[in-house]
Amino acid sequence: MSVKVLYFAGLREAMGRSADSVNLPVDVTTAGGLRDWLAGQHEAIRMAKNLRVAVNQKMVGLDAPVADGDEVAFFPPVTGG
Amino acid sequence: MTVSVQEADFDGGAEIAALSAGDDDAGAVASFVGLVRGGEILAMTLEHYPGMTEQALQDIVGQASQRWNVRRVRVIHRVGRLAPGDQIVFVGVSSRHRGDAFAACEFIMDYLKTQAPFWKKEETPSGGRWVDARESDEAAARRWSGGS
Repeated sequence: MSVKVLYFAGLREAMGRSADSVNLPVDVTTAGGLRDWLAGQHEAIRMAKNLRVAVNQKMVGLDAPVADGDEVAFFPPVTGG
Repeated sequence: MTVSVQEADFDGGAEIAALSAGDDDAGAVASFVGLVRGGEILAMTLEHYPGMTEQALQDIVGQASQRWNVRRVRVIHRVGRLAPGDQIVFVGVSSRHRGDAFAACEFIMDYLKTQAPFWKKEETPSGGRWVDARESDEAAARRWSGGS
Protein backbone atom coordinates (compact mmCIF):
# COMPACT_ATOMS: atom_id res chain seq x y z
CA MET A 1 0.00 0.00 0.00
CA SER A 2 1.32 3.38 -0.98
CA VAL A 3 0.27 6.73 0.54
CA LYS A 4 1.30 10.35 0.20
CA VAL A 5 2.38 11.88 3.51
CA LEU A 6 2.39 15.66 4.02
CA TYR A 7 4.04 17.70 6.80
CA PHE A 8 3.17 21.23 7.84
CA ALA A 9 4.53 24.11 9.92
CA GLY A 10 7.16 23.17 12.54
CA LEU A 11 7.02 19.51 11.54
CA ARG A 12 7.71 20.39 7.89
CA GLU A 13 10.76 22.37 8.98
CA ALA A 14 11.99 19.60 11.27
CA MET A 15 11.56 17.01 8.49
CA GLY A 16 13.29 19.28 5.99
CA ARG A 17 10.58 18.63 3.38
CA SER A 18 6.85 18.95 2.91
CA ALA A 19 5.93 15.54 1.52
CA ASP A 20 6.93 11.89 1.16
CA SER A 21 5.59 9.01 -0.88
CA VAL A 22 5.77 5.88 1.24
CA ASN A 23 5.10 2.18 0.78
CA LEU A 24 3.58 0.81 3.96
CA PRO A 25 4.06 -2.61 5.50
CA VAL A 26 0.83 -4.63 5.52
CA ASP A 27 0.34 -4.25 9.26
CA VAL A 28 0.08 -0.44 9.04
CA THR A 29 -3.62 0.22 8.45
CA THR A 30 -4.49 3.30 10.56
CA ALA A 31 -3.37 6.91 10.91
CA GLY A 32 -1.90 6.11 14.32
CA GLY A 33 -0.12 3.08 12.93
CA LEU A 34 1.37 5.22 10.20
CA ARG A 35 2.51 7.81 12.74
CA ASP A 36 4.19 5.14 14.85
CA TRP A 37 5.85 3.58 11.80
CA LEU A 38 7.16 6.98 10.66
CA ALA A 39 8.29 7.78 14.21
CA GLY A 40 10.47 4.68 14.02
CA GLN A 41 12.34 6.25 11.11
CA HIS A 42 12.27 9.98 11.82
CA GLU A 43 13.43 11.73 14.97
CA ALA A 44 11.29 14.77 14.02
CA ILE A 45 8.10 12.73 14.25
CA ARG A 46 9.24 10.89 17.35
CA MET A 47 9.88 14.21 19.13
CA ALA A 48 6.71 15.98 17.95
CA LYS A 49 4.11 16.56 20.64
CA ASN A 50 0.35 16.44 20.07
CA LEU A 51 0.61 15.75 16.35
CA ARG A 52 -2.71 16.08 14.55
CA VAL A 53 -3.60 14.02 11.51
CA ALA A 54 -5.83 14.49 8.47
CA VAL A 55 -6.69 11.76 5.97
CA ASN A 56 -7.75 13.01 2.55
CA GLN A 57 -8.00 16.55 3.95
CA LYS A 58 -10.32 15.71 6.86
CA MET A 59 -9.10 15.93 10.45
CA VAL A 60 -9.42 12.44 11.97
CA GLY A 61 -8.52 10.45 15.06
CA LEU A 62 -5.53 8.11 15.23
CA ASP A 63 -7.81 5.09 14.79
CA ALA A 64 -8.95 6.27 11.34
CA PRO A 65 -8.22 3.77 8.56
CA VAL A 66 -5.61 4.51 5.90
CA ALA A 67 -6.03 3.05 2.42
CA ASP A 68 -3.94 2.80 -0.73
CA GLY A 69 -3.64 6.16 -2.49
CA ASP A 70 -4.68 8.23 0.55
CA GLU A 71 -3.21 11.63 1.35
CA VAL A 72 -2.23 11.66 5.03
CA ALA A 73 -1.09 14.91 6.65
CA PHE A 74 0.65 15.31 10.01
CA PHE A 75 0.88 18.70 11.69
CA PRO A 76 1.07 20.49 15.04
CA PRO A 77 -2.13 21.81 16.66
CA VAL A 78 -3.49 24.61 14.48
CA THR A 79 -3.01 28.30 15.36
CA GLY A 80 -5.03 30.33 12.86
CA GLY A 81 -7.54 33.09 13.50
CA MET B 1 -18.50 32.98 -2.28
CA THR B 2 -18.77 32.21 1.41
CA VAL B 3 -15.18 31.31 2.21
CA SER B 4 -11.92 32.84 0.94
CA VAL B 5 -8.30 32.07 1.78
CA GLN B 6 -6.12 34.78 0.30
CA GLU B 7 -2.95 36.84 0.63
CA ALA B 8 -4.75 40.08 -0.19
CA ASP B 9 -6.19 42.39 2.44
CA PHE B 10 -9.97 42.81 2.73
CA ASP B 11 -12.41 45.69 3.20
CA GLY B 12 -14.43 44.87 6.31
CA GLY B 13 -16.93 47.64 5.66
CA ALA B 14 -17.69 46.40 2.16
CA GLU B 15 -17.99 42.81 3.42
CA ILE B 16 -20.44 43.88 6.15
CA ALA B 17 -22.52 45.84 3.64
CA ALA B 18 -22.64 42.86 1.27
CA LEU B 19 -24.02 40.59 4.01
CA SER B 20 -27.36 42.40 4.00
CA ALA B 21 -27.40 44.02 0.54
CA GLY B 22 -30.74 43.37 -1.16
CA ASP B 23 -32.00 41.28 1.76
CA ASP B 24 -34.90 42.99 3.54
CA ASP B 25 -35.34 40.06 5.92
CA ALA B 26 -31.89 40.52 7.44
CA GLY B 27 -32.33 42.32 10.75
CA ALA B 28 -28.84 41.87 12.12
CA VAL B 29 -25.23 41.61 10.98
CA ALA B 30 -22.49 40.56 13.43
CA SER B 31 -18.84 40.57 12.45
CA PHE B 32 -15.38 39.92 13.85
CA VAL B 33 -11.99 41.06 12.58
CA GLY B 34 -8.78 39.52 13.92
CA LEU B 35 -5.55 41.57 13.81
CA VAL B 36 -1.82 40.91 14.19
CA ARG B 37 -0.80 42.09 17.67
CA GLY B 38 2.40 44.08 17.97
CA GLY B 39 4.74 43.96 20.96
CA GLU B 40 7.99 42.19 20.19
CA ILE B 41 6.66 40.67 16.98
CA LEU B 42 8.16 42.15 13.81
CA ALA B 43 5.93 40.15 11.48
CA MET B 44 4.23 36.79 11.18
CA THR B 45 3.79 34.29 8.41
CA LEU B 46 0.62 32.25 8.11
CA GLU B 47 0.98 28.82 6.56
CA HIS B 48 -2.00 26.66 5.58
CA TYR B 49 -2.98 23.38 3.95
CA PRO B 50 -4.36 24.33 0.54
CA GLY B 51 -7.51 22.41 -0.26
CA MET B 52 -8.16 21.22 3.27
CA THR B 53 -8.33 24.78 4.58
CA GLU B 54 -11.24 25.75 2.34
CA GLN B 55 -13.05 22.48 3.08
CA ALA B 56 -12.59 22.89 6.83
CA LEU B 57 -13.92 26.46 6.75
CA GLN B 58 -16.92 25.40 4.63
CA ASP B 59 -17.60 22.60 7.09
CA ILE B 60 -17.53 25.03 10.03
CA VAL B 61 -19.89 27.41 8.22
CA GLY B 62 -22.18 24.45 7.48
CA GLN B 63 -22.27 23.50 11.16
CA ALA B 64 -23.09 27.09 12.14
CA SER B 65 -25.88 27.21 9.55
CA GLN B 66 -27.43 24.08 11.01
CA ARG B 67 -27.29 25.33 14.58
CA TRP B 68 -28.52 28.89 14.07
CA ASN B 69 -31.00 30.64 11.82
CA VAL B 70 -28.49 32.54 9.71
CA ARG B 71 -29.02 34.16 6.33
CA ARG B 72 -25.52 34.86 4.94
CA VAL B 73 -22.04 34.00 6.17
CA ARG B 74 -18.69 35.32 4.99
CA VAL B 75 -15.28 34.07 6.14
CA ILE B 76 -11.98 35.50 4.88
CA HIS B 77 -8.64 34.26 6.22
CA ARG B 78 -5.37 35.70 5.03
CA VAL B 79 -2.15 33.74 4.53
CA GLY B 80 1.44 34.78 3.88
CA ARG B 81 3.47 37.45 5.65
CA LEU B 82 1.62 39.98 7.81
CA ALA B 83 2.79 42.90 9.96
CA PRO B 84 1.49 44.18 13.33
CA GLY B 85 -1.83 45.92 12.83
CA ASP B 86 -2.65 43.93 9.69
CA GLN B 87 -6.01 42.22 9.42
CA ILE B 88 -5.85 38.40 9.56
CA VAL B 89 -9.42 37.14 9.58
CA PHE B 90 -12.96 38.34 8.92
CA VAL B 91 -16.12 36.53 9.98
CA GLY B 92 -19.52 38.07 9.24
CA VAL B 93 -23.00 36.65 9.71
CA SER B 94 -26.43 38.07 8.89
CA SER B 95 -29.67 36.85 10.43
CA ARG B 96 -33.22 38.02 11.19
CA HIS B 97 -32.45 38.60 14.88
CA ARG B 98 -29.20 39.47 16.59
CA GLY B 99 -28.91 36.37 18.78
CA ASP B 100 -28.29 34.05 15.84
CA ALA B 101 -25.72 36.38 14.24
CA PHE B 102 -23.77 36.91 17.48
CA ALA B 103 -23.71 33.21 18.37
CA ALA B 104 -22.87 31.94 14.88
CA CYS B 105 -20.07 34.50 14.49
CA GLU B 106 -18.44 33.47 17.78
CA PHE B 107 -18.92 29.76 17.05
CA ILE B 108 -17.24 30.10 13.66
CA MET B 109 -14.25 31.90 15.18
CA ASP B 110 -13.91 29.37 18.02
CA TYR B 111 -14.05 26.41 15.63
CA LEU B 112 -11.77 28.07 13.08
CA LYS B 113 -9.16 28.51 15.84
CA THR B 114 -9.06 24.78 16.59
CA GLN B 115 -10.18 23.04 13.37
CA ALA B 116 -8.91 25.00 10.36
CA PRO B 117 -5.36 24.09 9.26
CA PHE B 118 -3.52 27.40 9.68
CA TRP B 119 -0.23 27.88 11.52
CA LYS B 120 1.43 31.12 12.60
CA LYS B 121 5.16 31.66 12.69
CA GLU B 122 6.28 34.85 14.43
CA GLU B 123 9.39 36.82 13.54
CA THR B 124 10.97 38.38 16.62
CA PRO B 125 14.28 40.21 17.14
CA SER B 126 15.70 36.90 18.48
CA GLY B 127 14.49 34.79 15.54
CA GLY B 128 11.47 32.90 14.27
CA ARG B 129 9.15 30.78 16.41
CA TRP B 130 6.00 28.79 15.70
CA VAL B 131 3.07 29.90 17.82
CA ASP B 132 1.91 27.26 20.31
CA ALA B 133 -1.74 26.28 20.37
CA ARG B 134 -3.52 27.61 23.46
CA GLU B 135 -5.60 25.46 25.78
CA SER B 136 -7.95 28.45 26.17
CA ASP B 137 -8.80 28.16 22.46
CA GLU B 138 -9.57 24.45 22.86
CA ALA B 139 -11.76 25.26 25.85
CA ALA B 140 -13.59 27.96 23.89
CA ALA B 141 -14.43 25.48 21.12
CA ARG B 142 -15.53 22.82 23.63
CA ARG B 143 -18.14 25.18 25.09
CA TRP B 144 -20.26 24.66 21.99
CA SER B 145 -20.43 20.87 22.22
CA GLY B 146 -22.52 19.11 24.82
CA GLY B 147 -24.83 20.74 27.28
CA SER B 148 -25.63 24.09 25.76
